[in-house]
Amino acid sequence: MTARKHILRTFVIFVEDRPGVLNRAASLFRRRGYNIESLNVGQTHVPGISRMTVVIEADEDSARRIEANLYKLVNVLEVREITHEARIERELALIKVNAPPERRTELMQVAEVFRARIVDMATSSMIFEITGSPDRIDGLKQILGEHGILEMVQTGSVAMSRGAAPPMAHLGHRPTELEIQ
Amino acid sequence: MSVLPIELPTAANDPMLVCAATAIQQLAHTRATFPDHRGQVLSGAQIIWESLLREHVEVIFGYPGGAIMPAYDAMIQYPIHHVLVRHEQGGSHMADGYARASGRVGVCLGTSGPGATNLVTGIATAMLDSIPMIAITGQVHAHLLGSDAFQEIDITGVTLPITKHNYLVTRAEDIAPTLREAFYIARSGRPGPVLVDICKNAQQEKAPFVWDDAPPTLPGYRPVHVPKSAEIEKAAALINNAKRPVILAGQGVMKANASDLLTQLAESTGTPIAMTLLGIGGFPASHPLNLGMMGMHGEAWVNNAIQESDLLIAVGMRFDDRVTGRLATYAPYAKKIHIELDPSEINKNVKVDVAIIADCRAALSELLPAIAKGAAAGDGARGERSKWLARIDASKGDSAVRDIQTLPDSGKLFAAHVIHDLWRATSGNALVVSDVGQHQMWEAQYYKHDAPRMLLTSGGLGTMGFALPAAIGARFARPNADVWVVVGDGGFQMTACELTTLAQENIKVNIAIINNGYLGMVRQWQQFFYGGRYVSTPIRSPEFVKLAEAHGLEGRRVTNRGEVMDTVAWAKSRPGSVLIDFRVEQEDSVYPMVPAGADLHDMIRRTPDASGTADAKAVAAVGSAAVDTAKNVGGMAANHNPIFETGADE
Repeated sequence: MTARKHILRTFVIFVEDRPGVLNRAASLFRRRGYNIESLNVGQTHVPGISRMTVVIEADEDSARRIEANLYKLVNVLEVREITHEARIERELALIKVNAPPERRTELMQVAEVFRARIVDMATSSMIFEITGSPDRIDGLKQILGEHGILEMVQTGSVAMSRGAAPPMAHLGHRPTELEIQ
Repeated sequence: MSVLPIELPTAANDPMLVCAATAIQQLAHTRATFPDHRGQVLSGAQIIWESLLREHVEVIFGYPGGAIMPAYDAMIQYPIHHVLVRHEQGGSHMADGYARASGRVGVCLGTSGPGATNLVTGIATAMLDSIPMIAITGQVHAHLLGSDAFQEIDITGVTLPITKHNYLVTRAEDIAPTLREAFYIARSGRPGPVLVDICKNAQQEKAPFVWDDAPPTLPGYRPVHVPKSAEIEKAAALINNAKRPVILAGQGVMKANASDLLTQLAESTGTPIAMTLLGIGGFPASHPLNLGMMGMHGEAWVNNAIQESDLLIAVGMRFDDRVTGRLATYAPYAKKIHIELDPSEINKNVKVDVAIIADCRAALSELLPAIAKGAAAGDGARGERSKWLARIDASKGDSAVRDIQTLPDSGKLFAAHVIHDLWRATSGNALVVSDVGQHQMWEAQYYKHDAPRMLLTSGGLGTMGFALPAAIGARFARPNADVWVVVGDGGFQMTACELTTLAQENIKVNIAIINNGYLGMVRQWQQFFYGGRYVSTPIRSPEFVKLAEAHGLEGRRVTNRGEVMDTVAWAKSRPGSVLIDFRVEQEDSVYPMVPAGADLHDMIRRTPDASGTADAKAVAAVGSAAVDTAKNVGGMAANHNPIFETGADE
């Protein structure tokens, strides 16, 4: 049965910007034993509403329950699972790599191929900034690994469905009934 | 050494200590005529009480301390009865008991730090059983938050997973709107406990008291779900075509006041009903379609009916592991309909075919006409149902008529005797608050509750020590009820300090201690699954009768079956609270029993020789590491329990 298949699922969660709301969501995932692959939280264009992007490995049934459990949090306004939608999903990484002068040209070519940017250059190191899918970032990491990565930091995914935006205006009103079946 | 002559305050010598039920009634008039202070500038402490009055709070269970002192200082101006508990855990259980007995929101109060953490067990108990409750705690000054100040604890952090929602209030002007939201959240949708942590400065500072009676605006909160007609149609079709249906009724029935509709569903479709522990009372025990409690200590015919059923109609229950046994073999032939208010319960434990997400009352009121409309189509299946009921009846066999009052009195006292005679002597009309353990299961098996909210017990969390304080709370909710605590010797000692509260409040709660000298349920598991090694389960108790007397209460000890009825009648006749110490058989076990994680139909039953030994095959079949060997089971108590010599099917 397809419902049993565990895949990485992307949830977009709109929450009221209140103290402790991230804690409540994170506590829920921890308590129910859901394994968070990545979590990002930030502002939206609507004052007072924050947006979380959470990637979790789960099967279909668990996904519905994650959604239902999130809705039980008083400060959660809306949950959208966009795993099966056409979407833009991005992560950002900063990678500091060993870059003696004789390697610089080669590394700049690497940056070009991966559409990454070099945002800092010191006598023996460079910082790459790359935005993209997790795959593309992994690819760059692999190449740069051969040169010696000194330090790196990577964000969780942020995601958005393609096409016309679902209205934000209805946030704060009752969302559509959950499809359980 | 000289001893100060201290006279204990009682209602007789202290006019402040009038009978609590009377106090509440007297205060009711003051509450009704209390002036409207909206718009006036008040202290945060006053605003707390103003808000509670607006929420129709009549009684509050609490314990003072540094960070909540401003609130206590203001309390004297308000017509709300305060019950001084002996430990904050008792306060949270009392608020819980009040809520369970009344259906209203119970309120408890404590100070910061240890006062707040002591509330935790009671809050968790309320959370697991979906009980509407408000816990108000004092907190250190807002400017000290996070500094590990004296008696500071992050109680909103501590209670995050065990509250429906919680709040930290740092300003006086936030107190009223926060309490309004808290009450609304606690009682709406699937109810639950809400904690409001109020900083000391917020209690001391002044603000205008602003109160709006309309429900608060909570954009992310959605307590109401409307049943979907497509699901109703599907459910109706399944019900009309079922040959062997069983209704599983839970606490949601009572929460939605849907007992009448549930009865209609059962009667109009000829469907028997099995109850969860917390569902008991939602459908009359005396109704011929009531099978009794299901699950771990459900009767064999109840669990077998579920296992053989072709349609389970779950109403306001959540397929707890104590109800289902091993999920892989649970009701294998049955389609499942789940009527449940909380969407996160759907497909959590048991995968269902139709889910109706709604309040039980809303769901049943749409389902019943849909069933009636399609009833003709299912005539064939309906014809099978009388056979199904006959089959269940037949499976009851001898155990269905194990009417213990017809069995000879061997002189021994069994817990089942006590419960059965308690039921008889109280005409089945007592409000029973049971604790957790063997006596809780015997109560559920032998006390036949016909009305909702007449059995209060900690189901989900299984909190020992719940009964006595919860009964005190229940007494305030139902001053005219015949309230009985049924409690084990172990659980009683966990919160026995509340006897003093009982005495100080001068209210009547009768206490039946089922005293077997063991932590009985654990001892039973040790007998069945841990090689009979009774590690740390023999428990010494104080002389309970003397303990009662030390509190100015009356007590009696009962050791013979013949004394039970008379002693219960005596307890009822006394004006004050009475404690009865029932010295029952020490090594009796609760039967039948589905071991944790075993198939629901694989029950350990009392053997015909009534030696208290278990069915070796059933135990061996558990296959759990916890089970040492089947031969370890039994032989613990020869000549045990003659009253149960009714047949192997027990």
